[in-house]
Amino acid sequence: MKKLVLSAALLALGSSTAMAQTVTRLGTEGAYPPYNYLDESNQLVGFEIDLGNELCARAQLTCEWVQNDWDSIIPNLVGGNYDVIMAGMNATEARAEVIAFSQAYKLPDPSAYMALAGTDMSVMEDGVIAAQSNTMQASMVSDTSATLIEFPTADETIAAVRNGTADAVLADRDFLVTYVEESNGELEFLANVTPPGAGVSIGLRQSDTELRATFDAAIDSMKADGSLNALLVQWFGDEVDVFE
Amino acid sequence: MFAFCSDPATLPQWQWMACYLTTGSHFALYRSVLVVLLLLALAAPLALGMGFLGALAVRSGNLLLKSIGTIYVSMVRGVPDIIFFLFVPFAIDQGVEYARHRILCPDWDQPVRQGNDFIVCAAAKMPLATDPLWVHNVWGFSLALFAFALVFGAFAANTLNGAMNAVPRAQLETGEAYGMTRRQTFRRILLPQMWVYALPGLSNLWMILTKATPLLFLLGIQDVVFWARELGGQKTGHYEYTHPDWRVWYFLGVLVFYLTLTWVSQRGFDRLMRKLNHGQATAGGEAQRKAAI
Repeated sequence: MKKLVLSAALLALGSSTAMAQTVTRLGTEGAYPPYNYLDESNQLVGFEIDLGNELCARAQLTCEWVQNDWDSIIPNLVGGNYDVIMAGMNATEARAEVIAFSQAYKLPDPSAYMALAGTDMSVMEDGVIAAQSNTMQASMVSDTSATLIEFPTADETIAAVRNGTADAVLADRDFLVTYVEESNGELEFLANVTPPGAGVSIGLRQSDTELRATFDAAIDSMKADGSLNALLVQWFGDEVDVFE
Repeated sequence: MFAFCSDPATLPQWQWMACYLTTGSHFALYRSVLVVLLLLALAAPLALGMGFLGALAVRSGNLLLKSIGTIYVSMVRGVPDIIFFLFVPFAIDQGVEYARHRILCPDWDQPVRQGNDFIVCAAAKMPLATDPLWVHNVWGFSLALFAFALVFGAFAANTLNGAMNAVPRAQLETGEAYGMTRRQTFRRILLPQMWVYALPGLSNLWMILTKATPLLFLLGIQDVVFWARELGGQKTGHYEYTHPDWRVWYFLGVLVFYLTLTWVSQRGFDRLMRKLNHGQATAGGEAQRKAAI
């Protein structure tokens, strides 16, 4: 009996350590439709969830999603709470000093200013512009002469424009487009801006070169057979920039 | 939830509402209320325990204990709470992982800190990457609980120490006159009598603790405030149940929740105070005696 328990315990221990090498935890924000968001049944869904699951299947990794607040998403990656970030994150130079990036899985999103209909273009220079904190757009606004106000979630930047706290919001155009289309003319785009950066990519720890190569290969294979483009069109519509 | 919920877009008003309020994410909101109550139920006795130990340490004749207690109380009280809530869970988490790493993976040759990265072997992860989600949640919750107990324990220690000093010296002298030892005087006379002096301070602490629970959200635990913000935000066509910005309603609900909680606690403390004052040589006890005549 004792032997049986012991060997069962050993087996459990052995299998758990063997599996520990292969579970990859994917971190995402879960508040950025259609990239990643929580649906009504409290499940993570979105472009990146579908993509991440497919990449893991191709790379033969066991993956698990973890939801994490945007502001602490990079500290928790380098602290080892999860292994990968897939959260609509653009590979910018500032971030690349702290973490590593895979190749892009979505071409650089044009960013756009969105405001209440009839807002003058001049607010982009001398108005108050809302942006989500720690985003590329927040640093883009701070490089202009406009006043920047930051919010922890993207949703709150839209609310700020609606209630007049901000004159306009700067964010990914693909995120804003649903809000404009569904506002019955209340909201409109002011202008597009081309952002810096190599496009939306997977963020990884700089020391994790092997995992990075695995994901790069999986992205390559999805680019090659056209399934990545199909996913992009499925989630962002026909006007999205696809890979050649 | 209900059978008629299959296509929300076509539902009439009340049915839509019924379906909307019973979605999976709304149940997560209702559960998060229980999480907050659970945290309070566990953090309050833990903080009181820490406070008691802290107060004993501060009053101790042992110089080492006394200085540990004094450093703990004055340091935690002097640093903004939010810094502790951000620092303590991270520090414990990485500390535990580092210790496990040293024990479980002795032949690991790479450094733990590589640039910005904190890397321990897979077996040292706390919890393991293979553990189910609830284990991760319980671990996160325990870290938060510990941070709350640590911070509020320091305040409680100060309150209890003050209350022990407030018990009239004559009471203790009587005990000594009867030949009781220091320990007996403490247990039989000081301890039962100090609560009446400690209660106003402790009830303050409880109220502050209640209101501090939204800090859970900073630690990645999805509490009431997280869900109010998440569910209240505008839901576009990507969602099944679309609605404009409803945060004002959700936060109104949160307001009612916290007000109810503090109101109920205040009534509880009032009753407790009446009970503790009974037969005491305090103004409250005196008033009770007069009323009883």
